[in-house]
Amino acid sequence: MKLELRGISKAFGSFYANKNIDLTVDDAQIHCLLGENGAGKSTLMNVLYGLYQPTEGQILLDGKPVEFSGPGDAMAAGIGMVHQHFMLIPVFTVAENIALGAEATKAGGVLDLAVTRKKIREISDRYNFDVDPDALVEDLPVGVQQRVEIIKALVRDARVLILDEPTAVLTPQETDELLEIMRQLKANGTSIVFISHKLREVRAVSDVITVIRRGQVIDSVSPESSTTELANLMVGRAVELNLYKEAAAPGQATLQVRDLSVVNAAGTTTLDAVSFDIHQGEILAVAGVQGNGQTELTEAILGTQPVTAGSVKLEGTELVGKSVKQVLRSGVGFVPEDRSVHGLVTQFTIEENLVLDLYDRAPFGKGISMNLGAVKKNATQQIADFDIRTDNQLNPASSLSGGNQQKVVMARELSRDLKLFIASQPTRGVDVGSIEFLHRRIVAERDKGTPVMIVSTELDEVMELADRIAVLYKGRINGIVPGDTSREVLGLMMAGASAEEAFAQAEYAKSDNEPVEAKPVPVEHQEGEAQ
Amino acid sequence: MTTTLQPAITILPSKKTPIILSVIAVIVFLFFGIMGNSDVAHFKLDSAGDAFALPELAFPGKVSNIIIGVILLAVAAYSWMLRSKAQQLATWIIGVASGLFVLSFLIWVVSGANITTISLSSLLAGAVVLAVPLVFGSLSGVLCERSGVVNIAIEGQLLGGAFTAALVSSMTKNAFFGLIAAGIAGALVSLVLALFSIKYVVNQIIVGVVLNVLVSGITGFLFTTVMQEDPELYNSPVHLPVIAIPGLSAIPVIGPILFRQSVIGYLMYIAVFVVWFGLFKTKWGLRVRAVGEHPKAADTLGIKVNRTRFWNVTLGGIVAGIGGSFFTLVAIDSFTKEISGGRGFIALAAVIFGRWNPIGAFLAALLFGFADNLQVILTIIGTPVPSQFMAMMPYLVTIFAVAGLVGRSRGPASVGEPYVKE
Repeated sequence: MKLELRGISKAFGSFYANKNIDLTVDDAQIHCLLGENGAGKSTLMNVLYGLYQPTEGQILLDGKPVEFSGPGDAMAAGIGMVHQHFMLIPVFTVAENIALGAEATKAGGVLDLAVTRKKIREISDRYNFDVDPDALVEDLPVGVQQRVEIIKALVRDARVLILDEPTAVLTPQETDELLEIMRQLKANGTSIVFISHKLREVRAVSDVITVIRRGQVIDSVSPESSTTELANLMVGRAVELNLYKEAAAPGQATLQVRDLSVVNAAGTTTLDAVSFDIHQGEILAVAGVQGNGQTELTEAILGTQPVTAGSVKLEGTELVGKSVKQVLRSGVGFVPEDRSVHGLVTQFTIEENLVLDLYDRAPFGKGISMNLGAVKKNATQQIADFDIRTDNQLNPASSLSGGNQQKVVMARELSRDLKLFIASQPTRGVDVGSIEFLHRRIVAERDKGTPVMIVSTELDEVMELADRIAVLYKGRINGIVPGDTSREVLGLMMAGASAEEAFAQAEYAKSDNEPVEAKPVPVEHQEGEAQ
Repeated sequence: MTTTLQPAITILPSKKTPIILSVIAVIVFLFFGIMGNSDVAHFKLDSAGDAFALPELAFPGKVSNIIIGVILLAVAAYSWMLRSKAQQLATWIIGVASGLFVLSFLIWVVSGANITTISLSSLLAGAVVLAVPLVFGSLSGVLCERSGVVNIAIEGQLLGGAFTAALVSSMTKNAFFGLIAAGIAGALVSLVLALFSIKYVVNQIIVGVVLNVLVSGITGFLFTTVMQEDPELYNSPVHLPVIAIPGLSAIPVIGPILFRQSVIGYLMYIAVFVVWFGLFKTKWGLRVRAVGEHPKAADTLGIKVNRTRFWNVTLGGIVAGIGGSFFTLVAIDSFTKEISGGRGFIALAAVIFGRWNPIGAFLAALLFGFADNLQVILTIIGTPVPSQFMAMMPYLVTIFAVAGLVGRSRGPASVGEPYVKE
């Protein structure tokens, strides 16, 4: 089915999330929308899916104008969408999730799940999905949940499938499988709108790439364009994709984590006897698919998560059992994974947010009083140092963009003398320009001799920053490998293989098989040329 | 630079169950057994109108409780042993142990009372009667909460239903009109709840609490200004008759519970089944549950979230209103102030104890009704326990049931969260 968007604008108040967007997706085409977080890709797709009403513009399907008052209309017209955050009900079975909204019924509205199960098996067999219709969705791995979402669209006869950041939650191998599924769907005549900001995938699978920046279409380019070209288009200026950093000069192992275990309230072991060291002047990156114990690990060290067993020693002092305040006072800098919930008090001013954990100490506090002059001066200084873009430091932190909010958190945590720096998802939802800046700050902290721990689900980030990489899988460390380990090996480890297995398997695959991707584009080479 | 991993440590399950079991076992063995009364407790199984007689059960107080105590001690020891192997006790064993504890408590109380005979049959039948408003209230709660709206206003709906039923039944001299009016009254309370919590996105708990106070105020005011002025005309409701099904109602124990009920009593059994079947077996129920779990997902599939919630809350109001009419059309002669006496809140506890399942809520409501009736009967036979303590029993059972025994029961994920489209 041919899909055309003509002059679509979507305004929220006076702010235009999309402005005058033209887009044509041909029959059986994989059309990529490339853009940074907040560029307006998801808004555009929500307009297309009927979740938002466009302020201006027209949607045409096979040349005929259509209007959607809700997702029901869009689905009826043959548009399916896999949302970035899955729209699945965790406590329902696969069949129930797929039936929902389009239920097959017997007399009297009684559910007939047998019909749905049959349909699921048909589609599952056709695309080798291997999905059990009676499994509870919450028990399924993320990759399988995504297939359930795809089946949900296919059952409804979707001929245009929108995939919104589908690879954000997948391991590299799962990503390759998804790209393969996309090619199969295309071969069967389904058009795909693929939303992403990951250059590697975009180039591997797309027929056409349309770049969106600040709500507007910048250009449509072919997938043969180099990553540097694409990145420049996406960001709007020349960006340096590679971070220059000196080789690490590790000193003593001042952080020693031994057998750290966390059991959550439901009785599940979320962190299982994790042990590692971090040396001074070294970045240890913790990689892994989201939800494999990363949150628990960082929070257990900070003390916000009760530790069931194990020890964390920082320069010989035990941190387990101490209060969060004591842990921070002993020299731990902590950037939480969700800045707006745990990193900032968004209603407070930027000034106040910059001293959230220092307010009671000199020079900011004395006795029961606070030295507001010092708070102000500190803010002016930090805003200059960290290039925080704001016109007034008395604005609430919520007025800042994601990247600038993250700079506030980072500035605050790095303004103390640290013995350990932990940053969880340091650049999630941050624009490319700020990513560069934040990464350089993290490396600078390492070069000062601080042990640094980075937790990230973005493999690119892990590979860029890490001196050593620890892979978490189901709450356990699968192995700690050097920072220059290949994407393939890391991917296998993120899917549960031990370091030895992963290296062996990757070696075997190299000698024996063709790469999974049809158009393999090793990112490293391309970037080397561009430099 | 790879690090060798240490072997995983085993993490033992919680000590909660073994500790509770041990405490219970010790209480039974020492307090009910060794220190208990040696008189014999008699439990009558049949009642006057039964088709055939059943033998009376007799338990010598001390001996029986020592035996039960030993069994419970064994269960507790077994559960400690399992825990050390990181295993957990089967649910049915916990069920049997709880049952034995209740039995032992009954034996202890009855053997020490002035009259050492109680009728098990009337204990159970009375429990069902006391549970009727609780069951309707909890069904209302299930209907609302499954769709994602917290219904704290059950108490107000029961009270509104009771008042309207009394008024309309008295004025029309027709109990069925009273029943219908009660449903409408409950729905009206629900409409306010739905309007404010869904349309105006006011905090659902606050709206609920305010509604309870409002209904209590209105009914109290109308009771003193209207009903008490002319009780003959406004507050002498015609009652719904108890219909005994011939033959079946004469079966001992089961007969009075299932086949000797008022219309509302029979409606209760039907309602429990219908709500259960509707929620879990039909298209309607799938959509309702989806809306309560993940409204956005439902929305992306073209389901109207707020419309679904609105109708469910309204339906819940009707159900609770009918439950309230039980007070004035069956159980009690006429309306009095605060006739529902906090049962709406117990119904709320039954919703949670029953894990948001109509059948679970029904069983939980029966348990609370049982505790309530036990207290009445034990006061009559004159136990050594002060009556004030007895009066606390239903509430103690509620607290222990909800806090201790159920553990963490998981409700619909989006309950209490209004759904607003961006």
